[in-house]
Amino acid sequence: MNTANAATSEKNTLSLSTLPGDDVRQIMWRFAERFELQMAVQSARSVARGVVARLVAEGARNTHDWTEEKAQVLRAFDESGLTNVFMEPEDGGFITGPKNLALALVAFELAWVDAGAATTSMAGNLALAPLHERGTPEQVRTYMQRCAAPQPGEDRKPWHGAFVLTEPLPYVGVDTGVLSGKMRVASWKEGKEPILQVEKRGRFITNIGFANFVTVAVDSDDERIKGSCMVILEDTDEGNFDAGSMTLKLVHQLSSTGDPIFNLKVPASRIIGGYTIKDGVIFPNYSHSEIIESVFRRTRVTAAIMSSAKLLSAIEPIIRYQRGRFRGGAGSTPGTPRYDLGIQQKEDALHRLADIWATGEASASLGFAAARFFDEFDSLEKEKEKIFEEQGLKGRAQLKTLRAAQEEALEFMELDVQPGKKRDAKRHEELKAKPLVQFVIGDSMANVLCPAAKLWNTGFGTTMMREAVSLMGGYGITEDCPGFIGQKWMDAQLEATYEGPEAVQRRQLSVTMTNEVFLAQLRQWIKDMRVVAGQRPGTGACTLAKAMELWDWTLQHLMKAKDADGKALYHGQRHGVTFPMADALCWLLSTRCQILDLIELEEKGPDNPVLAENLAGTVQFFTDLCHVQAARAAGEVGRICAELVFGYNSHPSWESEPKVGCNVKAGPCVCMDEMRPFVELRSKLDGCLTGSRLAKDRAAAALSQVMIPEALDYPA
Amino acid sequence: MSSGFHIVVCGSLVPDPLQTLEPVQGPAGPALKNEMVLPAVLDPWAGHSLYEAANLAKNTEGSKVWLVSLGPKAKLQQLMMTIAQKVGFELVVLDGPAGGFTDSAEVAGALAGAIEKIDGLDKSKLLLFGGCSSASRDAGATMQMIGEHLGITDQFLGVDELTVQADGSLKILERIEGGQYQISSCKGAPAVLAWATGSLPEPPNNPQVGMANMRTIMPALQKAQPAKVGAEGVSFEKVEVPVQQRQTKIVRDIPVEEIAEEIVAWLKG
Repeated sequence: MNTANAATSEKNTLSLSTLPGDDVRQIMWRFAERFELQMAVQSARSVARGVVARLVAEGARNTHDWTEEKAQVLRAFDESGLTNVFMEPEDGGFITGPKNLALALVAFELAWVDAGAATTSMAGNLALAPLHERGTPEQVRTYMQRCAAPQPGEDRKPWHGAFVLTEPLPYVGVDTGVLSGKMRVASWKEGKEPILQVEKRGRFITNIGFANFVTVAVDSDDERIKGSCMVILEDTDEGNFDAGSMTLKLVHQLSSTGDPIFNLKVPASRIIGGYTIKDGVIFPNYSHSEIIESVFRRTRVTAAIMSSAKLLSAIEPIIRYQRGRFRGGAGSTPGTPRYDLGIQQKEDALHRLADIWATGEASASLGFAAARFFDEFDSLEKEKEKIFEEQGLKGRAQLKTLRAAQEEALEFMELDVQPGKKRDAKRHEELKAKPLVQFVIGDSMANVLCPAAKLWNTGFGTTMMREAVSLMGGYGITEDCPGFIGQKWMDAQLEATYEGPEAVQRRQLSVTMTNEVFLAQLRQWIKDMRVVAGQRPGTGACTLAKAMELWDWTLQHLMKAKDADGKALYHGQRHGVTFPMADALCWLLSTRCQILDLIELEEKGPDNPVLAENLAGTVQFFTDLCHVQAARAAGEVGRICAELVFGYNSHPSWESEPKVGCNVKAGPCVCMDEMRPFVELRSKLDGCLTGSRLAKDRAAAALSQVMIPEALDYPA
Repeated sequence: MSSGFHIVVCGSLVPDPLQTLEPVQGPAGPALKNEMVLPAVLDPWAGHSLYEAANLAKNTEGSKVWLVSLGPKAKLQQLMMTIAQKVGFELVVLDGPAGGFTDSAEVAGALAGAIEKIDGLDKSKLLLFGGCSSASRDAGATMQMIGEHLGITDQFLGVDELTVQADGSLKILERIEGGQYQISSCKGAPAVLAWATGSLPEPPNNPQVGMANMRTIMPALQKAQPAKVGAEGVSFEKVEVPVQQRQTKIVRDIPVEEIAEEIVAWLKG
């Protein structure tokens, strides 16, 4: 026995020993007690690192068509039970209750290897999602059971679906409010169900190469039908069900994407959510936008998680590449730093890798936090729907009711943060018991978390994937790149577009982040982060709190301020102001979620006997990553806010008299006393960066020491 | 056969062989560096025996499968998240070390003791399955000793195939020296079968199967009895990772026969 090993082991207790395993992730992402989710993860992993990895390695991505080879993925989903993750137990599933976290975890595992395969899984669920959210009980039962994987001993071919929203409108029809798909009454016999003629051309539709049914968004083209809706079309319906031409994608080739054409006759019972007939007119119970809103606010989170998986999956191949870079070359013999550490002898490689890892952590933390949030929010949303239905509230009446609840929500939040002895307990309890008040609070969070996760995880995630590719040298842009990192980089760009491109997410955020209920929440987070900073100064929580404060000050300023021409700064159409503020908020949200996950690990980790031995080192490493990310977030927020606060004022000209207190130099100097609070805040923020680079140094040192497996976690 | 078999599979976890397994001196003797945080997999030999057991039980009415595992119960819980999804079984857990530095005789004693205590186990129907080289650092001794403890003398220690005949007797294809097979037959249970490879592929994970199994697995894990197994009296002179050798020669267009000859010559030294 080499006793030196024991000594080394002792010395390393405060550094990361091995790459974080399932025990760590289950605690951080809050599913340590949920066996059904752990099993779904294992199942997805076996498919991803088995069938999917083999397909990618064998070059199945080299064709745009949906091939027999690629169809193995569908069979693997069925055999491994993944198909049924979406289903309720009565329809063949095994998870009770909301499934947002479950679906996010499955997407994460699949995207760890290939996001095209993850998209195939997700798109099947997306086809069913309109039914899940708004379908009639009969519709839900019928299609869920048809799509469920066969049980042992059952001889049945499961159905697959596609979700058809986007259309070949000019510029690929990203505006979901405009539909060219049409629906007319084909025949309507006395006392019988109306038969509808549905025409729809889809664009960029996932799963279309093998779909047995589609859920399509259409508008009325008949005075006997009111408004828009979503309809279910089956491939055996009378008429034309054509998958159309395949899209020549350069990415996500393990998913099937095409431009289908439908012209079919279907019974009116296929209108999702049903319909009512009034004075000879068919009124769909839900418009297409109502359905899409409730679908996308959840499924966008799943898409966001895919990019997080890519970043975290890149760590191991990069470490392996960096360490082995010089092995086999002259002068590189075992035992020398050049042999053992390779490129990791250099600070730059390690620092950049720490940045990639920190981004991956923050992005996964945000995505999973959003997924968990929607699991909790589901019941509130259903409760709200029930109340509206019982009270017969629709349209504006609903909005009016929610506006009234917003006042009470603000009151509740104020009471909620007061110490127990000081607050009006009776009123607090009263408001707590009001479903609409709690819904308003949850809704304000949902409306921010979903677009933020989708925007930042996929957008900045793609940027950081390029960094990961660059750390693999020339290998990075080859098909044989270990971990398929080059392909993942390109794939990430599509994830930034799925279910609404970045501008759509920024647009939504720019509206929802000004909601007073959300801002009240944010201000509470600032206080919370200060408490965290007091207890765990190494996390960068102090930096984050200050950056949040700076963002909040800037937003309040922009909402009142005018530019040099006297035009309002914060305005719906002024994307140059609103969109960067949305970007800045995403940095804050993701870093906060990352710090909260770290705290969870630190608090719950000791209960896990498997982790006990190395927990301190793991926590130290994740603490340093939080600090690294908080510093980066603060930098981004400071830059964006400073540009917006100062950038819309005109610069003093040479003719202007210099103001008192300004140094006269080569040119005229800007001096704006009214901005002093901002300057002070930003200056304090800069001071909060203290220690962040030391944290990066520690994280980098840990990266050079961490033990990695002998082989990649899936074959190249 | 109408009454079926009672199949007890002995199988536990091993550190994932894809990880770096670096021996270190732990407080209680030799151990693997970062052993507790290394991912674990089902011992591949035991895996073969479990899948064969599940298949046999499926095709033989009235049969039942138990999986008896000796390992750190916290790690077993993680492993069971995967294993439970593959086939149906009832779990019996012994909480103890499974890092590879235990003595086969102690492991065999503990496992036999646990099997003796299984409620409802009919020894006349017992087929004792396990991996041919599990828990013995490839000495192939553990299953034999469990059989001896339980008084089962029909033992087959390198099984590749088991066929249940129409009369209920067992036909067994067993590996022996020199790449040869031995075909044996025995009247039926009880028997010990230590599997080498089997012929069944690893079943895919299915969370639905897993959730059904977890109903019995979690209580079994909670009431796992500590098993004092180790290597008392055994001293390890030296424990080290095998030295990697790499001697690469790049030659283009060399005929296959010539490559084979060269490899044979190299092997012969």
